This record gives sequence, C-alpha cells and structure tokens, in this order.
Amino acid sequence: KMFRLLALLPFLAMLVGIPFVNTPYVLGLPFILFWIVMCVVLTSVIMGIIYKLDPINKG
Amino acid sequence: MTFALLEIVAFLLISLYLGIRARQGRKMSLEQWTVGGRGFGSLFVFLLMAGEIYTTFTFLGGSGWAYGKGGPTFYILCYGALAYIMSYWMLPAVWRYAKKNNLMSQSDFFVHKYNSPVLGLLVAVVGVIAMVPYLVLQLKGLGSIVSEVSYGSISPTVSVWIGVIVVTIYVMISGIHGSAWTAVLKDSMILLIVVFLGIYLPFHYYGGYQNMFSAIAQAKPGFLTLPAKGLSVSWFISTVALTALGFYMWPHSFASSYAAKNERVFRKNAIVLPLYQLVLLFVFFAGFAAVLQIPKLANGDLSLLRLAKMTFAPWFVGLIGAAGILTALVPGSMLLMTSSTIVAKNIYHVFAPSTSEEQVAKIARLLVPVVALVAVYFTFNSGAAIVVLLLAGYSLVTQIFPAFIFSLLKNNFVTKYGAFAGILAGVLTVTYITVTNSSVGSLFPALPQAVKDLNVGIVAMIVNLVVLAGVSLLTGGLASKSERDLGRYGAAK
Repeated sequence: KMFRLLALLPFLAMLVGIPFVNTPYVLGLPFILFWIVMCVVLTSVIMGIIYKLDPINKG
Repeated sequence: MTFALLEIVAFLLISLYLGIRARQGRKMSLEQWTVGGRGFGSLFVFLLMAGEIYTTFTFLGGSGWAYGKGGPTFYILCYGALAYIMSYWMLPAVWRYAKKNNLMSQSDFFVHKYNSPVLGLLVAVVGVIAMVPYLVLQLKGLGSIVSEVSYGSISPTVSVWIGVIVVTIYVMISGIHGSAWTAVLKDSMILLIVVFLGIYLPFHYYGGYQNMFSAIAQAKPGFLTLPAKGLSVSWFISTVALTALGFYMWPHSFASSYAAKNERVFRKNAIVLPLYQLVLLFVFFAGFAAVLQIPKLANGDLSLLRLAKMTFAPWFVGLIGAAGILTALVPGSMLLMTSSTIVAKNIYHVFAPSTSEEQVAKIARLLVPVVALVAVYFTFNSGAAIVVLLLAGYSLVTQIFPAFIFSLLKNNFVTKYGAFAGILAGVLTVTYITVTNSSVGSLFPALPQAVKDLNVGIVAMIVNLVVLAGVSLLTGGLASKSERDLGRYGAAK
C-alpha cells in the first residue's frame, strides 16, 4: 500500500524543513509560521487522501 | 463586574447540569463509567480527543508563550498534527484489542499484552505521577482565570474549591458521559471566543496581522524565529518529535480511545483534528497582540486576559473567563476519572485480587474526591516544583511509548522483563534529569551546540530503548511454553 508513504510528507516538511524556513510575509504571517500552518493543512489533506485510498474504509 | 461574575456562575451551573444529566438513567457499571459502554460516535470521541488541545495550558500557556518566547511557541502547532497521523493506524489497533479483552485503562493494555500485572502496576504508577501535576495545572489555571475575570472579587482559592466540587460531583455521577457533554459546551464556547479574539485584537491594535508581526519584528528582532542557541531549531525538532510520541501516552487520552463505538471513528478524526488544531493559531495571535500593548508583564500567562480586560466591557470579559474555566473543567474531569480508575483497578486490585468488578467500580468512584483533594493540596502547597513536575510529566509518559509500539508488532521481540526494565530506566533517567535540572548541554558539554540544544527527553528515550532491547534479548528464552502457546509472550494476538 504505497499510498501510506504519503503520511511521511508532513513529518519531513515539519521536522526536516524547519531549518530552511526559520520574511517574506505570506497571508500576513511570518514565513516560518506560514510554513507550519501549510504543513498542518497538508497533514489534513494527506490524511483525507489516505482515508479515501485505504481499502479498509470501503467495508 | 457583577455581570461577569453572574456569567461565570451561570456557566459553572450549566456544566454541572450537563454533567449530571449525561447519566440519563444508565446503570453506571465500570465500563459505562470509564469508557461510556464503548458506544461513543465520531463527535464525542472527536471532542474527547480534541479536549487535549484546549486545556488551560493552551488557553493561558499558548498565549503566554507567544507573549514571552515568540517563535518557539510554534512547536505547539506541530506535534498534534504528527500525533494525529500516527493515530490513524495506532488507535484502531488499540481499540480492537481493548474491545476484545474488555480493557478499561491504559495499564490493562500492558497487563494483557505482556501478561504481566507488575508491568501494569508500573505503567499505572507512572501514569498517576504524571497526571496529578497536570490536574494541578488545570486547577491553578482555573484559579487565575476566575480571579482575573472577576476583577479580584473571587480569590483563586475560592474558585479552585468551587471548580473542584463541580467536577467531582459530575465525575462521580456520570463518569466519561459527563466529560463528553461538558466538552460539547466547552468546544463551542472556546471556538467562538478564541477565533474572535485572534481576529479582533490584532486588527484593533495594529490594523492587521502583517502590521502586527512587522511591528514586533522591528521592536524585538529575532523574536518571531527560532534563536541560534537554547530554544533553537534542534530543540524544536526534538521537542516536536518527542511530544508527538507522548501525545497519546497520557493515560486519559489513551483510555478515551476505548469509548469509540467503532474503529472508523479514529480514521475520520485523523483528517479533521489537524485542521481543528489550527484554532490555536488565534490563541497565539492574542498573545502576540499583547507583546507591544502591555510590555513587561511579570506573568506572560495572563497576557490574553489582561489585554481582554483592557479592550472589552466586563460582560464580554466574563464570557472569555467562562470559556477559560471550561478549558480547566473538562480536561480536569478526564484526569480525575482516569486517575481514580487506575488507582482502583490497576493498583488496589493488584494487591486485593479477590475484589469484584462491581467493587472496583465503587472504589473508583469513591476515589474521585480523594484524588481531587490531593490535587487541591498540591495546588495550594506547591511553588515552581509543580511546573517542573509537569514538564517531566510529558517525558514520563513518553517512556511508555517504546514498549507500547513494539507490542503492536506481530512478532514482538520485547519481553515483559525488557518492557519493565526499559520503562523503569527511562523514568529514572527523567527523574534524575528533572531533579538535577540537567540539559543535554550540561550532561555532555563538549558536544556541538545543535546537539546540546536537543530536548533532554531524548537522553531518557535512548536509555529506555537500549535497556529495553538488552534485557529483552537476555530474557528472550525465559518465557514459558504456555505463555508462547497462549500468544501472550511479547505481542499478544
């Protein structure tokens, strides 16, 4: 079930990505905060995709 | 001011009514009282799980950290999201096993998985030691909120007593049903209040978010990012990782997963909970708005309430206070119920094995006021020590994670001896680190700065894993044939 690997993306973005995003302001937020907010939104989207693709939820 | 007081009293009474009404003629067996008869749907499980997001720690502490520490506060947004990803696979496995074996507490899980009541006893003791300071923190937060929003007319002492009496009554009567119904009120209130404050305050004082952050960055350069030393990038990464692992290891969070009526509830919640957590952003905005408006505040945790008092009429401050009180009552009720259940079922019952389940249920309920009084005692008779204990609390419960995660594997190499020794070694390391106020830097001064800034909980986790693996490999042959045949050695099926 390769789709499960999608769940690693938020871990990479939040943990590995942070040193690279520590201006510019985006949506009024400092860039580091914008990055974290996007990561949280990405988490939600990815979990939605996994839920849809996971055959266990089709029972 | 009188109006604010009336609002606070009204919300306390509504909470008490909802908490008592939640019983609705049910016969309160231990299963009904602790895990709601395993019949909660998505909404109640969502609210119980989300209850962990909105405690007084986040309501006061989140805005307080934004006010006092700036950039490092953002770690609070990250660890929950990562924990929810893990919950998609972790919690259904826990729920299935708990339902099959009729488990009531986190300790029960370890007793069954490793066929070891002694391991269950250790997990119970670690859980209670970690939870009492957490409960004390809720009560201290409750005292601060009521005292602030009543403009000093109700002392923290009186408000703590009133809060404890309300929670004790509805926990004894309704158990987790009471917590679930008051959580509905709490989350409705907190959502409206926090989002409003997080939008209104930055726009009222600065004209918008970018103006606010620009003004802060100009007045306090570097405040909005992670510093080069101390709460640095490596601190951030290690703290987010450790806290995410410990997120569901709190006994009240772990056991609230037993209350679901099916496992799909967790997989659905894993989609919505990260977004729901973004509401914390508005708590941070309120704290950031206070940075330049009320500088040099001695206690940053009061920044949200002080700015609200400066900005709004007393009747609205009363509403904010009522929402804040609920952030103490609901998590407080879960902590109280879980602690009482663990003491009755996993500590008392181990020493008095002939006790029937009905008697255990009765003892658990009678222990509620006892645990509450212990928490009240520490609330009034502890200084900074309790804060130190609370910080250690997360490190303590995280020590349960390795033995837990290995137990979910089909071929678990960890023995009950390895699990016990690993948890004990991790807990002793956390205790030493806490008592001596050590950091990675003070323990290993020759290491590079990035390593010295790592969360010191990493050290305890490494010790835990090494001992767990070493003892398991040494004792791998000690499991009896009957244990293997029963599938109780290592991972029970």
